[in-house]
Amino acid sequence: MTESKTMEKVACYHCGDDCLTTAYVVEEKSFCCNGCKTVFEILSASKMANYYSYNDHPGATRARTDKRFDYLSSADIVNELVDYTDAQITIVTFFIPHIHCSSCLWLLEQLNSINPAIHYSRVDFLKKQLNIRFDQQRISLQQVVELLYDVGYEPLISLQDIIKKQNGLNKDNLVQKIAVAGFCFGNVMLLSFPEYFGIAEYESTFKHFFGWLNILFCLPVVFYSGQGYFVAAWQNLRKKIFGIDFPLALGIGVLFIRTCVEVITYTGAGFADTLCGLVFFLLVGRFVQQKTYHHISFERDYRSFFPVAIHILEDGIDKPVPLSQLKTGHRVLIRHNEIIPADAILLKGEALIDFSFVTGESIPVKKTLGEVIYAGGRQTGEAIELEVVKPVYQSYLTQLWNNEAFTRQKDNRMQTFNEKVSRYFTIVLLTIAFGSLLFWLPTDVRRGFAAFTAVLIVACPCALALSTPFTMSAALSVFDRNLFYLKNVAVVEQLAAIDTIVFDKTGTITTGNSKEIKIDGLLSTKEQLLIYSTCINSTHPLSRMICQYLGTQQRLEITRYAEIPNLGILATIDGHRIRIGSSKLVLGYKEIDDQVSKVYLMMDEEVLGFFEFTHRYREGMENIAKLDVSYQTYLLSGDQDHERMELSRFFKRDTTMHFNQSPQQKLDFVQALQQDGRQVMMMGDGLNDAGALKQSNLGIAVTDDVNNFSPGSDAIMDGRSFHKLPAFLRFSKDTINIIRFSFLISLTYNFIGLSYAVTGKLSPLTAAILMPLSTVTIISFTSLATHFAARKRKLA
Amino acid sequence: MSIIYFLIGCSVLLALLFLAAFFWAQRSGQNDDLYTPSMRILLDDEEDPPAEK
Repeated sequence: MTESKTMEKVACYHCGDDCLTTAYVVEEKSFCCNGCKTVFEILSASKMANYYSYNDHPGATRARTDKRFDYLSSADIVNELVDYTDAQITIVTFFIPHIHCSSCLWLLEQLNSINPAIHYSRVDFLKKQLNIRFDQQRISLQQVVELLYDVGYEPLISLQDIIKKQNGLNKDNLVQKIAVAGFCFGNVMLLSFPEYFGIAEYESTFKHFFGWLNILFCLPVVFYSGQGYFVAAWQNLRKKIFGIDFPLALGIGVLFIRTCVEVITYTGAGFADTLCGLVFFLLVGRFVQQKTYHHISFERDYRSFFPVAIHILEDGIDKPVPLSQLKTGHRVLIRHNEIIPADAILLKGEALIDFSFVTGESIPVKKTLGEVIYAGGRQTGEAIELEVVKPVYQSYLTQLWNNEAFTRQKDNRMQTFNEKVSRYFTIVLLTIAFGSLLFWLPTDVRRGFAAFTAVLIVACPCALALSTPFTMSAALSVFDRNLFYLKNVAVVEQLAAIDTIVFDKTGTITTGNSKEIKIDGLLSTKEQLLIYSTCINSTHPLSRMICQYLGTQQRLEITRYAEIPNLGILATIDGHRIRIGSSKLVLGYKEIDDQVSKVYLMMDEEVLGFFEFTHRYREGMENIAKLDVSYQTYLLSGDQDHERMELSRFFKRDTTMHFNQSPQQKLDFVQALQQDGRQVMMMGDGLNDAGALKQSNLGIAVTDDVNNFSPGSDAIMDGRSFHKLPAFLRFSKDTINIIRFSFLISLTYNFIGLSYAVTGKLSPLTAAILMPLSTVTIISFTSLATHFAARKRKLA
Repeated sequence: MSIIYFLIGCSVLLALLFLAAFFWAQRSGQNDDLYTPSMRILLDDEEDPPAEK
C-alpha cells in the first residue's frame, strides 16, 4: 500500500510541478525541489505565507539554485541599470518575466516588510516590471536582486533592456493631442448648432461672437493637435513623395483659412466643426494604430542573449567585467549553464558545450583543450577557463550583426496599399480642385475660390486615412488572440504579400528536443554495455542519443568497427558481432515507415529489437505541406541532413531543403530569393536565424514562451498556434480586401461631396454631416468585416 | 440675451479646468498603468498586524 501512496502524483506547493520525490516536505506541504522549498521557508519566516492563499502554486520552479549576481557589485554595471541614484536612495526598474498573478503582485509589493531598507516597490502588471526604491546605504543592488531571487522572482537583466529604456523616452503626447482636439470639437459643435438651426437677423451679433470663438478653438486644434500632419506632409514633399499626409494637411490648412476668412469678412460661419472633427478622428485613428506589447520585445539581438557581465581571471582572482569591456587575451571563467560570450580557446576543464541555440543541435558537444569554442554555446558541467581570441562583436556568431542587413533601415519594404493609392488620389484631387477653379474663374472669381476650397475640404481623405488603421488594429487583435504577435500594423500587409516561405528546422518546425527515443525489446545489462560501447564511437546524432539514453557506462575495447554512411555500424566487441542501424543493414530489406525512424539492433545474427525515434514536429505540419500550392516553401537547417527522408513529406521537392547552413548562408539564401523578386517570409527561432529573419521581407520568430529570448523579428508566434499559419496568411489577405472595399466606400462619399463642392455651393452643414457620417461608416464596416473574416478563418 | 456671453464664458472656463485636470493626470503618470490597480484593490490588507510594534 505504501508503494501506491508514494506513486500518487503530488503537485509542488510552490510551483505546481509534479513532485518526483518525497524528500522535500515542510509543514505537510510537498515541494518538487530544494529551491522551491527554500522559497517557501523564506516566505513563511517573513510571515508572507499569504502569498499562497491568493492563488494555487503561484511560484516559478526553482530547480537551479545557484545565485550569480556578484557582477552587480561592479559600479559600471550598476550605473547602467539604475534609473536614479543619490546619496540616500536608488530607484531601479526590473523586468520580471514570471509576474503572472495577484500573488506575484502582492508579494512583490510587500518587499518592504521582508527588508525595511526597501522603501517602496510597485508592480506594473502588464509590462511585468517592478519599480523599487531602496536605501543604498543599507542594501546594495546586488542584495536587492538576490532578495528577489530568494522569493522566487529573478529579474531578467540584460544590457539591451537598458538601451531600450533610453530609446523609449521620446514619446509623442498623442493622448494629449486627442484630448485637446476632442475638447475643441465638442465646444465648436455646440457653438455651431445655432448657425445650423438659423439665427434671427437681430441676433447676428451672437453669430459673430460664435464665429470668433470657433476660430479661437480651432487654433490649438490646427497648431497643436494637427501639427504632426503639416510636418509629415512637408517632409514627404521634400522627399518628393505624395503620401496621404499631403491631402490631409492641405485639407486641414484650407479648412482653417476658409473658416478664418468667412468669419472675419462676415460672409459665413466657416467649417470650424468639420475641421475639429477631422483632426480628432484622424488622431483617434493614429492612436488605434499604435498597439504595443509591453512584455514582448521585437528588437532583441545577441546582447540580450549573452550575459551582462563576464568573470575574468586576473592574477588568480576572478572579477566581473561588463560584456563590452571584454577584450582578446582575457582569461574568462565560465561555469555551469553560462554562455560563452566570445570565440575563445579552451585552457582548463572539461568542456561540454550545448550549442542548441546557435545551431539547433540539442546534444552537447565535447571540446578538447586548446580547441576554439565559438561564442553562443552554453557550458554544461564543471567550470572551465578560456582565453578570448576574438572580441565579442567579431565572433563567429555575432559578426552576423555586422552585416548590412542589420545596419540599414528596411527599405525593401513594399509600398502599402495606402501609399500606392494616395499618390493617385492626390493628383486627381488637385486636378479636380484646379479644374473647378479655372471653370468658375472667368465668370465668378469668388465662386471659383469657393469651389476650389470646397473640393479640397470635402475630398479630404479622412475615411481613407482611417480605413487602414482601424482594419489593421482589428486584425492585430485577432492575431493577438491567436498568440501571434505582430510588431506593428504594417506587418499585416507584408504578410498578405508573401509568396515564399522559408522555414528553419530545429525549434521552428520541431519542438524542443527534436526526437523522442523509445526502445522496443528488452536488453540485458551486458547487451546494453555492448551497444553503448559501439555507439559511443559514432558521431551520428542517433548514436549519440542512444548513448545518452543508455546512460554513462564503462566503455569496452572494440576489435573491429566500421560505420557505413546512411546505413549503420558494424562492430565486433568481445567476440560478439554487432550490427546497429537501418532495417536495410540489419534485416536485409527496406522498411518503409516515414512516421518514425528506427534503429535496429542485432547481435550474433539475432535481432534484439529496435530503438524508435519519433520526430516531434509541430502540430499542423500537414497544413504547411498544403501551402505548397500557393507559396514556395523552403527548409533551411543548420543540422546535418539525417532527417531529409522524414521531411520530404512536407517539402515535396528535394531542392527545397538545404542542410548544413551557417547563419551567414541562411541570410544569403534569403537575399538570393529576394533578388529573384520573391517576397520572402522567414520563420526561425534561434540566434542562427537572426540574419535571415532580418534580411527577409517578414521575419517571424517562433517560440514556446514569448517571454523567453527570441531573435529580433517583425512578429513573434507562439509555437502552439503554428498550425494556424495557413489561416493567418489567408486572413491577412482578407484584411487587405477589407481595406480596398472600405476605400471604395470612402470614395463614394467623396463623390457625393464633390458633386456639391464643384458647384462652389458647399454648405458648412453638408460638410459637417458628411465627414462624421463617412467616418462612422468606415469604422463600423471595417470592424464588422474583420470580425466576420476572422470567424470565417476560424480565428475568432 | 446678453447673459449668453457670461454663460458661455463660464462653460468654457469650466471645460478648460477639466482639460487642465486631464493634462495634469496624464503628465503625472496616472494613466500609465491602467491595469494593476484593478488587481491591487482585490488584495486584502495584512490580516494580523506584525506582533512587534
